[in-house]
Amino acid sequence: MTFELSHFNAALLFALCASTVFGITQRNTPRDMLRYGAYCFALFAGGVVLASWVMWGIKH
Amino acid sequence: MANPQNATLQRSAKAAPQSSSMATIAPLAGWFFPGLGHFIQRRYIRGLLLMLSVFIMFFAGLGMQGKVYQFNTGDLLDILGFVGDLGSGLLYFLARAMDWGIGNIHRAVADYGTKYIVVAGLLNIIAAIDAHHIAIGKKS
Repeated sequence: MTFELSHFNAALLFALCASTVFGITQRNTPRDMLRYGAYCFALFAGGVVLASWVMWGIKH
Repeated sequence: MANPQNATLQRSAKAAPQSSSMATIAPLAGWFFPGLGHFIQRRYIRGLLLMLSVFIMFFAGLGMQGKVYQFNTGDLLDILGFVGDLGSGLLYFLARAMDWGIGNIHRAVADYGTKYIVVAGLLNIIAAIDAHHIAIGKKS
């Protein structure tokens, strides 16, 4: 059983699962859960893109 | 027409603290099987989403040929990895029983898989604590 994922897709899957759990556990109402989950996902995904550009900048 | 007083009573009953046994059973059930702590408190959608998140992370980690840590007293990071993995409850014992998660040092993505498995356990612990908070009435 092997699962082929690119590094970026692996990071997005990680962000999706982690932000789902964070959203549900850290807020009280469904609306707040959804908003906080989306916020966490955006931070995770944005952090990946930002870190990628930083590494690109260091290399060049 | 809905009676506003009844609606208020229903809301307060839902947020009210449940029995003290539930405060113990819910986190243990949630740890043993991801999402079960929410299911037994009738938070079905939350339980399902938590279960899916932990299952997907755990099995994606295994699929990426990540490593499942065994009990050890060696390197500190290995000990912490074991503690994190153990958070997945039944999934961890299943993986150990089936001899899954041997790891593959030749694949870069396998290291991601190892982290996926550890984080699945840590997220499950957060979910179990959330089930406890619902049981004691700290959260609705």
